[in-house]
Amino acid sequence: MFRRILATIAILALPAAPAGAQLTVQILRGMADSVPIAVVPLAWEGPGQAPYDVAATVRADLERSGRFRPLPQAQLVEQPHSAGEVDTADWRMLKVDYVLVGRLSPLPDGRFEIRFELVAVANGERLLGTAMPVDPKALKRASHRVSDAVYEKILGVRGAFATRIAYVAVDGPIDKRSYRLIVADADGANENRVFDSRDPIMSPSWSPDGRSLAYVSFHSGLSAVYVQTLATGAQVQVSAKSGINGAPAFSPDGSRLALALSRRDGNVDVYVLTLATQDLQRITEDPAIDTEPCWSPDGRTLFFTSDRAGGPQVYSVGLESGARARRVTFEGSYNARPRVSPDGRQIAVVTVDRGAYRIGSVDTQRGGLQVLSGGQLDESPSFAPNGADVLYTSRVGGRDTLAIVSSDGRVQRQIAASAGELREAAWSPYLD
Amino acid sequence: MQLLPILLILVGALVLGGCGKKATTVADQTGSTAVEGSGTDSTQGEGQVGEGRELPGASGSPTGGPAGVGNVIYFDFDRSEIRPEYAALIDSHAKYLAGSGAVKIRVEGHTDERGSREYNIALAERRAQAVRRALMLQGAGDAQLTTVSYGEERPAAVGSDEASYEKNRRVELVYGR
Repeated sequence: MFRRILATIAILALPAAPAGAQLTVQILRGMADSVPIAVVPLAWEGPGQAPYDVAATVRADLERSGRFRPLPQAQLVEQPHSAGEVDTADWRMLKVDYVLVGRLSPLPDGRFEIRFELVAVANGERLLGTAMPVDPKALKRASHRVSDAVYEKILGVRGAFATRIAYVAVDGPIDKRSYRLIVADADGANENRVFDSRDPIMSPSWSPDGRSLAYVSFHSGLSAVYVQTLATGAQVQVSAKSGINGAPAFSPDGSRLALALSRRDGNVDVYVLTLATQDLQRITEDPAIDTEPCWSPDGRTLFFTSDRAGGPQVYSVGLESGARARRVTFEGSYNARPRVSPDGRQIAVVTVDRGAYRIGSVDTQRGGLQVLSGGQLDESPSFAPNGADVLYTSRVGGRDTLAIVSSDGRVQRQIAASAGELREAAWSPYLD
Repeated sequence: MQLLPILLILVGALVLGGCGKKATTVADQTGSTAVEGSGTDSTQGEGQVGEGRELPGASGSPTGGPAGVGNVIYFDFDRSEIRPEYAALIDSHAKYLAGSGAVKIRVEGHTDERGSREYNIALAERRAQAVRRALMLQGAGDAQLTTVSYGEERPAAVGSDEASYEKNRRVELVYGR
């Protein structure tokens, strides 16, 4: 009982980030049937102190997912380091279902090796046994991969712990705002400033190879779309036509950007820009607002927001010429900002639910809408690459913060910065 | 200095002022203030109206534009129609621009914070375009007007309440930027 309460109110402090405010992740609602697991500190087989605490990162990852309930370190009465040393009877008394054990050792070439094994307490079966060589600078990343392996083995869904998130941080009083586009690890650590400006930054979109971000910036005095290569910082202006340039979205193969453009007449429509040729294809042509395009996983359909029926709803249109748009959302008076899940089965939207702006999920096969979040002003949903969670912005206490809800609505977490506001978050693809 | 604003002030002083009246400030419907009444210390009866002088803060926009006229138009929720009460304001700016062909302005559109950001960019653009068309119908030149939409990104008021929302659903006419 006490352990259950601990699981639902756990607050995890993350290492201080050089680029700005400290981020903390708070679990607001975990699962009552979360999986109890013991993550035992790895044995360090080298001289002096271990270079990194792999088990601590794995424990934090699993806990933050809301699907696991790692045993607090103080309760680890035994510290086995291999499957053979695990006495399942003892662990059964502690009521854990799985035990993760392992060793960290230095390799002659200066790298390290992480060896880990996952044991099922019920029958003593060894479910995982892996040894991975790791660069000294990649120990945190490798720890996230261990979390991925455990998550996938137990839940049957690929983990997304070794991914990143991009978001906009806003600071300052209303007449002297500063905006920063930041990329951080999915747990909030390692914040890196991508771009900063005195003018608004919006709508970051990851390229499918995870190497670039497209985004909207007003620093020229007008809205324009840029693509920036993360490794080099090189920023290229890709659309600065008259009027609105907005809502960039990379196609699944990375060769095209869907955009919202108004050009001279002020009427916003969806276009597709082929980056290599600068060829511009017009997708919608009507007096309504058509914006916020999002690609289907196979790259053949665009979902978008349109108010052609009076208020904003989600539509889809094939990219072959002559295709007609079909309406996708039918419940409620306001559905906007579609984001398709990686398996194509769900579309996250901003929906008005009893007067509040919330994140909803449309089932593409059965058509129903499920409300996932519970705030008053929620927006900007983004799926994790495994489709298990949705990252979004929630306005709490008059400030924008980030939050994560599981795609079935059961697990709810909040991410808070110690200062400033965070918004417009985009979850990266898998980064291999 | 432009002749027209001086004439407007003098006409205003003549029409609205009276002897012995202290200068009063009156808020017009857009929230900016204009000065009414005579500026002198005359205490005689009718007929004695002194020359009105421009008081600090009396001109509409700090960097240009028709004096004594506001530069913000407010809108109803989710709407882009210009309310009839702003017809005079738009007319003033249009006539000012028509008379000063070299002057260019930005027509900046905004929404309140509710709903999705890029949709709000488009909604604010609709508002800015409505104002641009109205200005052109009243004589402003196409080349004098640049529309910019900020959606919900540049609020005038930070609260999450109706009073703040009202102040954010607006188009601003910006001179000299």
